[in-house]
Amino acid sequence: MLATIRKPNKHKLHDWLMSYLFLLPALTFFLIFVVYPMLRGIYMSFFDYSITSFEFIGWENYVTLYHDETFHKSLINTIVLVAVAVPIVIGFSIFVAMAIYKKSEFIRSFCRGIFYLPAVTSVVSVTVVWGWIYHPNFGLLNYITNFFGMEPISWLGDPKTALMAITVILITTSVGQPIILYVASLGNIPASYIEAAQIDRASPGQIFRKIIWPLLMPTSLYVIVITTINSFQCFALIQLLTSGGPIHSTSTVMYGVYQQAFLLGNFGIASAMGVILAIIIGIISIIQFKYLGNDVEY
Amino acid sequence: MKAISPVKMKKENDGRGRPKWFRDLSAFKIISTIILVLSGLFFLFPLYWIVTGAFKSQVVAITIPPEWFPLNPILDNWVILFNNPVWRWTFNSFFIASAEMIAVCFVSATAGFVLAKKVFPGRKLIFIALIAAMALPKQVILVPLFTMLADLGWVDTYKGLIIPAIGWPFGVFLMKQFSQTIPNELLEAAKIDGCGEIRSFFHIVLPMLKPAIGALAIFTFMLSWNDYFSQLVITRSTDMMTLPLGIATMQGEYKTDYGVMMAGAALASVPMIIIFMLFQKSFTQGITMGSIK
Repeated sequence: MLATIRKPNKHKLHDWLMSYLFLLPALTFFLIFVVYPMLRGIYMSFFDYSITSFEFIGWENYVTLYHDETFHKSLINTIVLVAVAVPIVIGFSIFVAMAIYKKSEFIRSFCRGIFYLPAVTSVVSVTVVWGWIYHPNFGLLNYITNFFGMEPISWLGDPKTALMAITVILITTSVGQPIILYVASLGNIPASYIEAAQIDRASPGQIFRKIIWPLLMPTSLYVIVITTINSFQCFALIQLLTSGGPIHSTSTVMYGVYQQAFLLGNFGIASAMGVILAIIIGIISIIQFKYLGNDVEY
Repeated sequence: MKAISPVKMKKENDGRGRPKWFRDLSAFKIISTIILVLSGLFFLFPLYWIVTGAFKSQVVAITIPPEWFPLNPILDNWVILFNNPVWRWTFNSFFIASAEMIAVCFVSATAGFVLAKKVFPGRKLIFIALIAAMALPKQVILVPLFTMLADLGWVDTYKGLIIPAIGWPFGVFLMKQFSQTIPNELLEAAKIDGCGEIRSFFHIVLPMLKPAIGALAIFTFMLSWNDYFSQLVITRSTDMMTLPLGIATMQGEYKTDYGVMMAGAALASVPMIIIFMLFQKSFTQGITMGSIK
């Protein structure tokens, strides 16, 4: 009697142990190099932490950031970057996906490839070539705008244009993945839905608004989240092209973290900025889960 | 005057409605094709400018109007480029990306499979932690990670560049998504036949996950190759630099010597572009499977 009860339990325990054995490598690396640094970052944000000092100062780093104009500027720049890039990325990638998803496999792969190319290209190569294109004297852009009677502009050197110039590059490097996702989910929309609407003489605009757009919604929400996070991370473009300048017009939170930690040696403040960024991204992810939570399988 | 028969009216309506509908559609199609082609050219252009620029002399590169195609291609830029420790950087990039790729694939495949197919206490918690971490960009934890690596003495070492990247939540998630497609019957049959967990993983699960592992491998390789921020922070000496990082630091020296910089840019991105073109299918599959939908 006892044996028959114990046996399945033992079996279960063995199963659990096996599962954890399989999980062990991933879990170890995850705990040590993701979870622990995260907690350490929160801890560090309460210290005056630099090469010369390590002193507990409570909320002071956060208070400093609260009053820091450069940080405000970085925060605003980051929001502008996200607010401009995300809608354009969504609109453009839906447009491309709509234009190619019914085409032959060859054309589809070809187009997907072209639009994914800037994402595969090393960000260093991307900045090097765009730095040249934007150059006020030797750049191609001023040569072209000259035809339209425009004065040469120092695209990356003028506070008015620098952030937009960066945004354009960011957009080219971000549309590849959304296009792939949209092509896949457009392919999943049953053709009968659209045919039925066509028989009822719905206009292309109506078909898009009433059928395609709602069915693309889950993909769109996912794209919004990944593009937002991607834009928040925008660092290399800024570090290599403008170093946050001119007069902080292109400084973002991510660049601020780098500047504080690795150029100025203020690890405490940099950690506080990292925590704030993580909270912002966390809120966005929670919103995503509120919409999409039901569709994720546990 | 009211002689129009219902039949005729219907005909007329059809005659008017149909072509208009088709006319609208084709106008839309023509415009969208034009925009598609133009934006395609726009996306291709930077790459074209890199590759052609790599064969232009400095004088030609800064001439306005620009030379759209290098009329007198030269190889000098490449000679100057290879005066820098480019081979070493290329090796570093390949070595780091390959090591990360192998480790991530192994670690993710085992964990992803278990999360998809086994029931055990703590499973849901681990999965939620994973999803949460996936949303968090790695850059956010770079500062504390750096101080940790400094404590360990791992700054400016291969260890410091490779090991922290192994615990990559996205890899586990991707493997979990793919593992769910493995039929349960297959695993149960193996169990009934007395096949142990580890054996059934290597003989049944791994072969079925092959395409997924392929996708993850390419992903990891690309992400590692292009992970500029981490490399910038963790690397110190010229010898430990990766190719993109090395090219970026060359900018200080060669500033507007665009020919040399374009040669460097081409070298830093062409290997990835070739890999991408060869394995585009896996890429696409990985991206669609790895999305939360």
